[in-house]
Amino acid sequence: MGNLQVSLAGGATGHLACGILALPFLSFLINGLWLGRKSRTASGLAATFLMGATLVLAVLLAWQYWTLVLGNPASFPGRTALAWEHTWMTFPLESGGAFSASFGFLLDPISVMMVLVITFISFLVNVYSIGYMHDDKSAGRFFPTLSLFSFSMLGLVVAANLAQTFFFWELVGVSSYLLIGFWYHKPSAVAASKKAFIVTRFADAFFLVGVILVAVQVGSLDFSALNAPAAAESLRNSPWAAWFGVNILTLGTLLIYMGAWGKSAMFPFHVWLPDAMEGPTPVSSLIHSATMVVAGIYLTARLFPLFAAAEYTLRIVEVTGVFTALFAAIIACRQTDLKRILAYSTLSQLGYMMFSLGAGLPAAGGAPDSAAFTASMFHIFTHAFFKCMLFLSAGVIIHAVHSNDIRDTGGLRRILPRTYWATLVGCLALAGVFPFAGFFSKEEILHAAWENGHYIAFFAALATGALTAFYMSRYFFLVFHGPRFSAGRSHQDSHAPASASAHSDGHAADGAAGQSAKEMPSMVWPILILAVPSVIAGFAKNFFIAHVLPMYAVIAENGSEAGSGLPWLSPLATVLAVSSIALGWAWYGRKGRKSILGAEQETGLAKIVANKFYIDEGYRFLVRNVGNRLVAAPITWFERTVVNGAFDAVTAVIRGAAWVQSMVQSGQVQAYIGIALVGLLILARWGGLGL
Amino acid sequence: MNLTACLLLSACLFAIGAYGLMTRRNFIAALMSLELMVNAALINFVAFARFGGGGAGAAGLNSAHDAEAGSLFALFAVAVTAAEMALALAIVIAVNRQRGNLDIRELDGMHG
Repeated sequence: MGNLQVSLAGGATGHLACGILALPFLSFLINGLWLGRKSRTASGLAATFLMGATLVLAVLLAWQYWTLVLGNPASFPGRTALAWEHTWMTFPLESGGAFSASFGFLLDPISVMMVLVITFISFLVNVYSIGYMHDDKSAGRFFPTLSLFSFSMLGLVVAANLAQTFFFWELVGVSSYLLIGFWYHKPSAVAASKKAFIVTRFADAFFLVGVILVAVQVGSLDFSALNAPAAAESLRNSPWAAWFGVNILTLGTLLIYMGAWGKSAMFPFHVWLPDAMEGPTPVSSLIHSATMVVAGIYLTARLFPLFAAAEYTLRIVEVTGVFTALFAAIIACRQTDLKRILAYSTLSQLGYMMFSLGAGLPAAGGAPDSAAFTASMFHIFTHAFFKCMLFLSAGVIIHAVHSNDIRDTGGLRRILPRTYWATLVGCLALAGVFPFAGFFSKEEILHAAWENGHYIAFFAALATGALTAFYMSRYFFLVFHGPRFSAGRSHQDSHAPASASAHSDGHAADGAAGQSAKEMPSMVWPILILAVPSVIAGFAKNFFIAHVLPMYAVIAENGSEAGSGLPWLSPLATVLAVSSIALGWAWYGRKGRKSILGAEQETGLAKIVANKFYIDEGYRFLVRNVGNRLVAAPITWFERTVVNGAFDAVTAVIRGAAWVQSMVQSGQVQAYIGIALVGLLILARWGGLGL
Repeated sequence: MNLTACLLLSACLFAIGAYGLMTRRNFIAALMSLELMVNAALINFVAFARFGGGGAGAAGLNSAHDAEAGSLFALFAVAVTAAEMALALAIVIAVNRQRGNLDIRELDGMHG
């Protein structure tokens, strides 16, 4: 396993890698400690500039990786290199050895791909935020936190071992908490940030246990060692298996997967993601495309060989993925909040990615298939661009109408022409229409699922694709086509910055005039730039098939037959997508859509869907009845009576003794004299005075 | 007149003084009782000096010299006691000015 990772420390690559982590952190420090308080414009510009510099470094690093590592397969058979590594902590083992937790910068196909995506999207989101946060008085707090978020995610994807992954994993959690609750004066934002933090933290607890369990057994935290076949073998034959009653390989990988489960918001941990909409729109955009939620997918992909060696783990990955994909797509069809629709679509796409990884193990058994891995990573790549763009466009829409309710929009095509075209591209890409990016990656996923014999999951994913096309066309037609809905509806809590909505109350309802000015250049340009990869990113397919492979996969074995096997798949997927879009147009693009939209919230099954299957209510019931009554109440009783009671008893004894002593100190001089005399007599009689 | 009678007198005076000190509520009366106890001790000094203590150290010493020393100490102690009393009476006057009475049982500001 040693020769898989060649260190490139000291050279240009090492310096570039240092810079990629240092610049966002520098931006966090400068803006957080100093510049953010001075001027919000300067803060935004500095953060954007530093993130742009990071993007340049990332491109240079990718170039270095391309020429040094990918172009040189003889020296780098695993396509993996370490840009630098620094040992942080060393843990001795009972067996006499030791393993260390280190900070490193791992270069392999997926980490380089993610570094490019994160820096590119963070840069554009920073540019966009300059416009979006222009009127927000607390923007000086926004930019440093955004930089911290990007920094955490960059550190996470380049981690060379699980300790570093966990460290940055938690940093991502903290910074997302800060950003979701950015408008802390809104109780809903505070609740959403707490929800996101608690749900992911709950899952992270299992993750940490899994990391310890696996690391102690394997004797290493390095991914190169964990992914080696020897590690899986060592875990499977672990002497603890009898003690735990299950296979340690399965248990450990499942525990680690729990972390990914929560972070990537797979059912039933999905509840935090739609609520995370309470943050500013650029944050939602970043969370949903490049940072935070893909971290779970990324971790699963990072440990793909280990997961694939476990009997049940990949099966569970697949089941959670495909269920979440379908479940979230169904809910998305009945939401009325712009950002919530997009949030559920993200959930659905994350399910796709997770399911694709899970489909990597052929149903009939046998060696894991790297094509499924490649497809998943490819979908992360393409999804990041168009989902980021859709969210940024939604931000423009919200800025323009000062509401995030779909029933306050309608007919925005003429008011926001450029956003209209960008959203059209995004919707087509998400719906998976040829030749947009989503088409290629979804097809790869479906292809891998079929090839590996996961037929049920295949059809569920196909249905999800059709639903995706349907709800995105619903979104698109409702927002941009037809007349404005807004007459008579009150403008409830807008997610636009408070100051922006304050001065707009007067002319929000009547609408059209002067609102095209809301398409600020710094907000529109990132969207237009993102439209380019949303269209063309799909053509990177062959590059991904050739190079983006899991650790320990050899190109010759798996790469050959992928991508050409099923001639009927593309027509089928396209027909499904187009017919779903047609249905969306028939319902929501023509007259009478208002009554259809109204009926969505009322009738039986539709009402259940519109209320998101009452999952949140179920959690609330669980927390109140099981959590509070069965767990919290007895613990509170124990704490108050037994623990506090013991302390109270001790203090009571001490207080009693003190009371007795203070009685002697009466302040009565005559009593003192009496005591002194009695003492003198005692001394005279028994004290050796001889009387 | 012998040593025993003197010591008995001294013991009686001491007991009366102690009793007075512990029972009188008036500050001045208590001080007078205290003075009785001091004087009981002084009687002891003088008595031992006059009649000889019979202690181990007394044998080698000149008895006339001893008598002078004992009286000297008694006189010395009387002077010290007088100074003490002057101080004590000053305190009594201050207490009386501040509190308006001299009940010793009410001077319990040092209680715990």
